[in-house]
This record gives sequence, structure tokens and C-alpha cells, in this order.
Amino acid sequence: MDNKSKEYWNSNLKIVSILLVIWFLVSFGFGILFSDTLDQIKIGGFKLGFWFAQQGSIYIFVLLIFAYVNLMQKLDEKISQEEDSDE
Amino acid sequence: MIGMNVQLLTYLFVGLSFALYIGIAIWSKAQSTNDFYVAGKDVHPIANGMATAADWMSAASFLSMAGLIAFLGKDGSVYLMGWTGGYVLLALLLAPYLRKFGKFTVPDFIGERYYSSFARKVAVLCLIFISFTYIAGQMRGVGIVFSRFLEVDIETGVIVGMGIVFFYAVLGGMKGITYTQVAQYCVLIFAYLVPAIFISILMTGNAIPQIGFGSTLVDSSIFLLDKLDQVTVELGFNAYTNNTKNTIDIFCITAALMFGTAGLPHVIVRFFTVPSVGDARKSAGYALIFIALLYTTAPAVSAFARMNLIDSIQDQSYSTAPQWFKNWEEIGLIAWQDKNDDGVIRYSSGNALEGTKPIYKELRGDYGERLLENKPNQNNANEVYIDRDIIVLANPEIAELPGWVIALVAAGGLAAALSTAAGLLLVISSSISHDLLKKTYMPHITEKQELRYARIAAAIAIGIAGIFGIYPPAFVAQVVAFAFGLAAATFFPALFLGIFYKRLNKEGAIAGMLGGLIFTATYIIYFKFINPGHNIEEYWLMSISPEGIGSIGMLINFIVAIVVSSLTKEPPKEVYEMVDMIRKPL
Repeated sequence: MDNKSKEYWNSNLKIVSILLVIWFLVSFGFGILFSDTLDQIKIGGFKLGFWFAQQGSIYIFVLLIFAYVNLMQKLDEKISQEEDSDE
Repeated sequence: MIGMNVQLLTYLFVGLSFALYIGIAIWSKAQSTNDFYVAGKDVHPIANGMATAADWMSAASFLSMAGLIAFLGKDGSVYLMGWTGGYVLLALLLAPYLRKFGKFTVPDFIGERYYSSFARKVAVLCLIFISFTYIAGQMRGVGIVFSRFLEVDIETGVIVGMGIVFFYAVLGGMKGITYTQVAQYCVLIFAYLVPAIFISILMTGNAIPQIGFGSTLVDSSIFLLDKLDQVTVELGFNAYTNNTKNTIDIFCITAALMFGTAGLPHVIVRFFTVPSVGDARKSAGYALIFIALLYTTAPAVSAFARMNLIDSIQDQSYSTAPQWFKNWEEIGLIAWQDKNDDGVIRYSSGNALEGTKPIYKELRGDYGERLLENKPNQNNANEVYIDRDIIVLANPEIAELPGWVIALVAAGGLAAALSTAAGLLLVISSSISHDLLKKTYMPHITEKQELRYARIAAAIAIGIAGIFGIYPPAFVAQVVAFAFGLAAATFFPALFLGIFYKRLNKEGAIAGMLGGLIFTATYIIYFKFINPGHNIEEYWLMSISPEGIGSIGMLINFIVAIVVSSLTKEPPKEVYEMVDMIRKPL
């Protein structure tokens, strides 16, 4: 693999890791492990842990995928521009 | 039984939706294997997102999930997070790379990445097992809808359903299926949201169910969920918004469902149908939006249904009980055993009857109720048996919504079941015609012959699925854990490591898949079939139920694969080049 491809791959891994940390935190973290603690807080009729388990985690999943789409699109454009300017 | 109007409307809605599906099938007939397997790879990402959503949301999502959550309360969250969180894994870790790989099937990737026709065959075997498990569930859904709303035999219902799927799957292949699924998504989501919105307005005055179930009840300052907690506790159940399962098990079940979702072949293959890698990423996002629309509504429906159910039957005398209660009793999905002979329905925690299902006598009781062979369970005061699968279908009736809403729900349930069945049939037929015949046993067949074999395989698979529908194996519910557990323990690690760990060789991948498969299958078979009496927490490994064991199977797969791989020789240079190629988007 040339340097450009390595750089691209490493940026990709970084984006994916950060997003997956959030993915883990909102579902396994807020929805399961710390759910009972969060349930002490109430927003409207929802206990917060319950809300993350049945609603919030799902909304954040959607946002995560679109964040990934946008970040990767930018990364793809950056790499193809650099390749163009090399030629 | 049900009013003539509702039945006529149901025939009308179901008939119209079926006519639409057939029309689309004729318009999108497949011309080549490329059309048949991957819809010519030119499906727009939004259309593919809808098709993926319909493919994914089965009879179980549409008919059973809200009912399950209504009875499980917060424990039911495992299905909500598990069946949506998997899409994040799919989008970030698998879909774009598998699209770049650019072939037709999941076993295709495994066979080529691990340069082994044995690995390909193991993959085909797992795929066929997972997919048939799933199809059996769809056919039960079709049977329930037909027998309750159209009052035809389950056999007739299944045959009609199979006929429709046969027509568009065999004729149109992936292309026909994709565009039919787009239409089916629209039907099913409309059918799911309309009653949910109606009920949300009736109960909380808020038109958005997602907000409604966190609001106060109409004419009261009490929050719906607080009231529900209070009522469930009074009747001897656990509080609705509290967990009762242990945290480790909830964690493992959620993980098994998530990684299983990301490893399901009929979902992955949908991302092979879009024009580019960027489109594969977007398409996963659109798919999850369309799925989230139903999955965030479902827990609201569950809370409304549980509340309404308790309100409308608790302490009612049977003779004045609502009509829906008696309708579903006739079908055999509700039973009432008057333990204290007072003619009043008493609903509380515990199984009302001995045995798992009610067995009815021909005779009627004093109030017109169906008498039961089952002995009453005297350990509790509960007199009511309710099958959880009826909640979504019965919900509009329980809330006394107009007839056309009930008819709409029937059409939506059928759309959900048929779209998933079609997607599964396609991956079965393409793995047989492409992976087993073309790539393994009959490499010299022409494209035209391969296409013919694909159609024959689809036709045979539909036949087998139909038999499952008419004679449902008693173990359907038992094996659902299998489908996800196996997908998590076999496919997910093989696909993930194939992309992210170049050094993984064929020995490692095969040993890993077999290790995960054998461990998971043994655990589930032991607790579900060999020794079901031991299927309780004190006998489980680290308090993990068979539903959650796939996540441990997955860990075993990862460890075995990496260890075996590091002890055996490196994969050939072409494999390194292939992995480099799929890692680049353009």
C-alpha cells in the first residue's frame, strides 16, 4: 500500500472508532449498564435510562450513520483532490 | 364474527396491494443474472433504503414485536436496540467494503477472500439454515392475518401468499423484489403509523406516538408510563419501566441481535444493488431512518396497548366483555378460565392455565365462553391467556378505531411478511445457483442456464416455505435465537476480519466459523431441545440465556480465528491485493 492509501485507511479507522465509541455508549452504556442510574432523572413522562433504551439510542444510531456518510465523503474528496494535484 | 364492512374493506385493501405488487413484477422482469441477483446494480439509495427496510422488517417486527414489548416492558428494549444498532455496524464496518468487492452473494466474498471452496460451502450451509428459520416465521404471520381477517383457511392463505411471491420473485429476481419491496414498505409503514397516531391522540391528546407515550393521559395530570407502572405493580407484574432480567443477559442478547443483524445475508446483499460505495453508505442510513420510523413507534404502541388491554378487560363481566375479546377467543389466541366462578374477568400476573397453550373443548360455559381441557393453574388468580402475537392486530379493535384502520393493518402485516419472505427466497436461490452450481459443481454453465437454475431454486424454496407455513414446525419460536446467534457467531467475524485483518488466512477463518457455529449451536440445542427443564438462569453459562449466547460464540470465533491464523501460513499475495482494493472507495 502506498502512503496515500495508508493515510486514507488510518483516517477511516479513526472516524469509525470514534463513531463506534458513541454507538456503544448510547446503547450498551446509557440503555443498559447505567440505565438504572439514569432512570433517577426524569424528562417529561420518561425516565432517562428507559428513554435511551426505547427511543434515544435509535435516534442517535441514525445520526451516526449520516455523520459517517458525510465525514467519509469529505475524506474521499480530499484524497481524490490530492491525487489530482499530484498528476 | 367481524362486521361485513371490515371484511369487505380488508378484501379490498389486500386485493389492491396484491394487484400493485404483481403490476410492479411485470414491469421489472429480470433479463440477466446481474438483474436477478443484484437488480442490475443501479437502484437509487433511497429506494434501496426502503427496500432494505421492508426486507428487514418481517412479520415479527410488524406483528409480534410491539406485543412482546407490551408484556416485557423495559426488558423488551433488547429488540429495539438490537435490531437497529446492527445497522450502524453494517454501515461502518461491512456494507461499503462488500459493495466495493462487487460480487453477488455473501458466500461469494467468503469463498474468494479465504481462497477456499470449503469456506464457501460452510457459508452456504449457514445461510440456508438461517434463511429457512426466518421464512417459517413469515409464513405463520401470513397464516394469522388470513385466518383472522379474511376468514379463509390458513392453507388457502399461505397458498395465495406463496403464489404472489412466486410470481414476482421467480420472474423479477432481485429487481422485481426490490421495487415490490419499495411499495410494500409504503403500505406497511402507513398501516403501522395510522392506528398508532389515532390511539396516541385518543389516550394522550398528542398526535406523535413517540412523544405521546411520555405524556400525560387525557383529562388527567398523571403520566401514562407512571400510571402503567402503578397498574402493572398492582396486578402483581413487574413495574413496566423496570428491567427484570439480569444485566449481563440483557447486554449479551442485545449484542447477539446487533451483530447478528449485521451478519444476516439477506440484509447484506441489499447493499450489493446500489451503483457505488458512497451509495452503499447512504443507503444504510436511509434504511435505518425508514426502520426507525417503525421501531420508535413500536414501544409507544406497546405502552398504549398494555394500558388499553388492562383497562378494557379487567374486572369486566364476561357477558359484557368487548367483542374483540370474543373474536380472538374464537380463533384460539385468547382464553378465559373462570377460576372463582363469578363470571368476571380477572387479569393479573402468572400463567392462567397449566400447559403452554389453551386446548378447547367443544362445550360452552355458563356465559358463552369456550371451555378448556387445561386445568386451571391455582398458583395465581389470573384467569386470562393472551397470545402476544395478537397485540398489534387487535390494538385498533381494542381502541375502537374505525373498520378501515383494521383492514389497513391486515394489508400491512401481509406486506411485511411477504417482503421479507421474498428477500430470503432470493438469497437462498442465488446461493444455490451461484455459489453451489456455478462456482463449485457446474462451472461450465452459461449465464442463461445459471439464470434458469436460479429461478428453479427460487421455485423449490417457495414450495418448501409454503409447507412450513401450512404445517408450521412447533419449534419456530425456539429457533429464532438460532438465526441471530449463528449469524453473529459465523458471518460477522468472518466478514469483519476479512476486511480489517489482512493476515487472516483460510485456516483461521474456517476454524473460527466452525468454532463459533459448534459452540453456539450446542448451547442452544442443549437448552431448547435436549434439556429444556434446565433452561433457567442457575444452569446458564455466566447467566447468559440461549438468546444471548451468540455474542459469546462470536468472541470464540474471533479468538480461534486469530490464534489459528497466526500459527499457520500467511494468505497468498493476491488476497492482500484484494483487501487493499476493497479498502479504497473509488
